[in-house]
Amino acid sequence: MDVWYFLIDKFLPFECLQHMFMKNALLAVLLATPIFGILGTMIVNNKMAFFSDAIGHSALTGIAIGVILGIGDPLWAMVIFSVLLGFAILTVKNANTASSDTVIGVFAFSAVALGVVILSRAGGFAKYSTYLIGDLLSITPENLLMLTLLLLFTVILWIFILNKLLLVSINRSLAKSRGVNAILVEYLFTFVIAIVVTISIQWVGLLIINSLLVLPAAAARNLAVNTRQYHALSVLFSVISGILGLILSYFLGTATSATIVLICSGFFILTFMFKSKI
Amino acid sequence: MMHSNEPLFQNNGNTCGLCCTKIKNLSVTYGNTEILNDINLHIHCGELTALIGPNGAGKSTLLKAMLGEIKHSGKMEFQDMKGINTGHPLIGYVPQHLDFDKSSPISVLDLFTSCLTNSPVWLFKQKRIRRQTENSLKIVQGEHLINKRLGNLSGGELQRVMLALALVPLPDLLLLDEPVSGIDQKGLELFYDIVCDLRKNYDMSVILVSHDLNLVAKHADRIVLLNKTIQAVGTPQEVLNNEDLSKVFGNIWFKYPENKKEEEE
Repeated sequence: MDVWYFLIDKFLPFECLQHMFMKNALLAVLLATPIFGILGTMIVNNKMAFFSDAIGHSALTGIAIGVILGIGDPLWAMVIFSVLLGFAILTVKNANTASSDTVIGVFAFSAVALGVVILSRAGGFAKYSTYLIGDLLSITPENLLMLTLLLLFTVILWIFILNKLLLVSINRSLAKSRGVNAILVEYLFTFVIAIVVTISIQWVGLLIINSLLVLPAAAARNLAVNTRQYHALSVLFSVISGILGLILSYFLGTATSATIVLICSGFFILTFMFKSKI
Repeated sequence: MMHSNEPLFQNNGNTCGLCCTKIKNLSVTYGNTEILNDINLHIHCGELTALIGPNGAGKSTLLKAMLGEIKHSGKMEFQDMKGINTGHPLIGYVPQHLDFDKSSPISVLDLFTSCLTNSPVWLFKQKRIRRQTENSLKIVQGEHLINKRLGNLSGGELQRVMLALALVPLPDLLLLDEPVSGIDQKGLELFYDIVCDLRKNYDMSVILVSHDLNLVAKHADRIVLLNKTIQAVGTPQEVLNNEDLSKVFGNIWFKYPENKKEEEE
């Protein structure tokens, strides 16, 4: 951490970065936004935006379960619950009994309702409202370590499964004929989405997390013609929006993650206009 | 057409006609619904076998069962030239339709790369894969498509790209599930010509689910009429002139390409 603080003081001697929380937040943005950019590409390709949204909402139930069990930090309860919910949705979806939108809706809204019911039992829901909007500026050095591990995990997983995931998303039978275990790949992908979404929620906020996953990729696909460009642009948009959003929110006194999302939206609109022109 | 191209993986040009794929007593049931019942087929290499039948006859299901994607009873055996049982043959598969989002930035080269290598598509470019892709696309007259997005290809182009993909590595058995619609007549004829040439030049067994009886009559060596069970097997002449065919299905069953969505699922 000291190296990071030193580097900032040396190379970015701006006034807003003098504060310790801004230094931490900047590092957090630099670590988290690439994860969102990477995962977003396949979430959008596989039309899973609603799915990742459902995972985010299920975190509320995770908190509630954590509270019931008396766990101080509800993070682990949230992670476990989100992963289980993700797997449950996937299992029901693969059984092909209802359209996936309906399945996700059933699970997500049941989970949210359950969470709200439990948390509001003693009239204390306001306590948990930080989870709705999140607070990026509250990030600690321990959190940063976790984010670093998360980024490493995502990148390593991506190296191993992206090709297979791409193939499964194009056609399952084709993937099967190429020896790809479609089910394993899908579960791994769900697993990593659930973990990333849930861990980031406390800083980004339940209401906004999904837009950070979807918007950079959505903007990138307006321009990209192949998968490499798609990833590069998605990560680029994500990181730039993150940095700009953090700085803007400092000066405007607004919620950081929401500001970041607005800049992502700006990228989407610009790339969309550019695409319509050609 | 493709005779002018440099052959890629040619099997010395000889059709042995000895290696064959045998399907024995294959049945598929979903819950209580029987989709396929007691299918027995011998498929010889160098032969183009067309699979025809009404909507919901189980044509795609048979292909998926052969791929091992759908649970089925019965056996599939593959014997090479010397009659030695080699277990499962190497199968090339062209699906009926792809499920990807049309606006996804997946290029033809991306598709090949993700099939042929574990090296991550999003990080590296590989010359070797690019060459392999170009060579394979040449067989289907699609060299110019390599950098295009999948979503921008026409139905016929996409089908040929998928065929090219099914050819690396060169399969023993080629399973082609033809889309019901979305390919113009010229594209269809080109596709049939390419498949015919492939069968001759590479000594492959080809099973083709088809919806175009005219083209089938012209190109197939054998026709299998399927409707839950095998109704008839024989040369195009034998099967298509059979009076029972029109009795069972009427004359119109294959002429409704707009019923695309209802097909097979």
